[in-house]
Amino acid sequence: MSTYVGEAADAPKFQTAAKSLVADTQVRHNVRHATEVIRAKRAKVVGEMADWQELRESGHEIKEHVLRHLDFYLEQFETACTAAGGTVHWARDADEANSIIVGLVKAQQAKEVIKVKTMTSDEIRLNVALEAAGITPYETDLADLIVQLGEDKPSHIVVPALHRNRAEIRQIFLDKMNLGELSDRPEDLAAAARVYLREKFLRVPVAISGANFAIANTGSVCVVESEGNGRMCVSLPKVLISLIGIEKIIPTFQDLEVFLQTLPRSATGERMNPYNSIWTGVTPEDGPQEFHVVLLDNGRTKVLADREARETLDCIRCGACLNACPVYRQTGGHAYGSVYAGPIGAILTPQLQSMEHSQTLPYASSLCGACYEVCPVKINIPEILIHLRHRVVEDGDAPWIEKMAMKAASYVLESPEHLDRARKLGRIAQRPFATNGVISHLPFGLDAWTGVRDLPAMPDESFREWWVKRERETGR
Amino acid sequence: MLEKLGHTVEFRPAQTCCGQMHYNTGYHPAALPMMEHFVEVFRGAEAICIPSSSCVAMIRDHYPKMADKSGDAALRRAVKNMLPRIYEFTELLVDKLGVTDVGAFFPHAVALHPSCHSLRSLHLGDRPAKLLNGVRGLTLVDLPEAEECCGFGGTFAVKNADVSVAMLSDKIRCILNSGAEVCAAVDNSCLMHIGGALSRQRAGVRVLHLAEILASRDSRGMSA
Repeated sequence: MSTYVGEAADAPKFQTAAKSLVADTQVRHNVRHATEVIRAKRAKVVGEMADWQELRESGHEIKEHVLRHLDFYLEQFETACTAAGGTVHWARDADEANSIIVGLVKAQQAKEVIKVKTMTSDEIRLNVALEAAGITPYETDLADLIVQLGEDKPSHIVVPALHRNRAEIRQIFLDKMNLGELSDRPEDLAAAARVYLREKFLRVPVAISGANFAIANTGSVCVVESEGNGRMCVSLPKVLISLIGIEKIIPTFQDLEVFLQTLPRSATGERMNPYNSIWTGVTPEDGPQEFHVVLLDNGRTKVLADREARETLDCIRCGACLNACPVYRQTGGHAYGSVYAGPIGAILTPQLQSMEHSQTLPYASSLCGACYEVCPVKINIPEILIHLRHRVVEDGDAPWIEKMAMKAASYVLESPEHLDRARKLGRIAQRPFATNGVISHLPFGLDAWTGVRDLPAMPDESFREWWVKRERETGR
Repeated sequence: MLEKLGHTVEFRPAQTCCGQMHYNTGYHPAALPMMEHFVEVFRGAEAICIPSSSCVAMIRDHYPKMADKSGDAALRRAVKNMLPRIYEFTELLVDKLGVTDVGAFFPHAVALHPSCHSLRSLHLGDRPAKLLNGVRGLTLVDLPEAEECCGFGGTFAVKNADVSVAMLSDKIRCILNSGAEVCAAVDNSCLMHIGGALSRQRAGVRVLHLAEILASRDSRGMSA
């Protein structure tokens, strides 16, 4: 079995990647600008909703209900989808899903596929598998196309090319689309992408989509998007394959009522997505005549088994937590070394794959709580980050220097006497470093603080000492 | 300040730490005895005033769960009994004592940094601002992007120093743009972080805990 999340296993530590990214002023400028625009739009349209908190609660409850009865709803979906003319495949892990999909494309003798809105396919490295089999995948979501043509990696769940600005996108298009001239006006960039993609929509016989929701009792699949390219993919080709993580199931159409209100508002700050495509199996002489669903586990049942972290699977991939996260906004998505960036990535990636490769991710947070506040399905991300940190420590994988420091701190804080002695020792130890009550340089690992920040020196009289003296003097 | 308002203040010297640093970094078994010690030390107190919202958040958000997990029924009861008597400093003043004017005098321009836990865990709302508005001579200035984290985050500040500092420089830029002479908060940890950068940069702005401002009087010990 090979459960993996994109290239995450080979990704550098978060701290290492972040160090070079915070030094990249262009990326920081792009990310800051884009997230500020989306946040402002989100705040406006969320503010309009008097029942926003109730909608969040409903979304959470629906997802928790589904996760508790996932076995039932998955089989219900399979039955309904099959009855409507679709074929359901079950994939335990990334390799199994890739071989199923490659097999389906080969059966059509197709050499090309068009793709839309499937981050899950990046999770399982589907494009690599397709190319190895001699099949060329074309991304059709505009941002995914920019990432693909730029030989880049996605940096955001909803806006994968968020780290790029217009000038950079123009350059990528000029380099890859054989264009004579192109301005960096959004209309012109969109028009260039349209010409490039239209021809593929009409020519390529197989499409691969992801899914935002899969409706159990009807076997329907729902994709929401802004451009209409998804609509082309799910309606024009002869064969459609939808790759769906098993947590995407919802019980009924009625449950969409909640998510189709919260998802667009949270994701792009729109009241409704411009394109909401929902289809059920196969309709004779209308749309794809062959429809396959690949239901993917790839570590999800492992997440399900951990009661304290299970609600990670509630995620509807809106990306609001990324835009709200002060860490993400400094580094951009590439620091997370995973297709899933930001706070949700910091809890999802280490759970989906083995912790050893991504154990720095749960620490990529100041626990400020902004992610939890905006999450439309109320995933308590800070709580899960702390839980995963606990797992890192329990596995014995914390850095030795941290273990020593925590042990020493435990000893000092064990009793007021220890604390008192530590204070007295500290006053002596700080002498070479303290000037005018300020410490500006500390040795060893502590320069991580003092490299850019001063530290107040311990005062000659502590609060406790002052308090005891005062009690004595006032005779109380 | 509390004594001037007519209250008896007791400092129990046996207290040490709520265990937040260990807990948030993942050292849960090490945090448990600290919680037990905390519960023991403050047993019987009428109101427990904590001038740090992140410690209050640790107690409210995590103590019940830690007690549950410990399997110790007596501890669970003790935590449950203690929780309603826990007050963050401004909660004590505004909610329990019904005071927003403590008779302070502080003739300076102050920016309030609403720390993450005070904002998103305790939901302190306008309590700290109400208290500052009650101070004679004080000008409360607008802090741009006030609700953004300063980048402290406990061990995060050292484990992810580069990102922490990037967040901190945004906060410092906003504080300097606000025109404040003093940056105030209800969390000393954030203030140590923000103050560390202001001091290093010789920025000419200092940090004070809200309590220090509320305890300020003019030279005759009277409010203006």
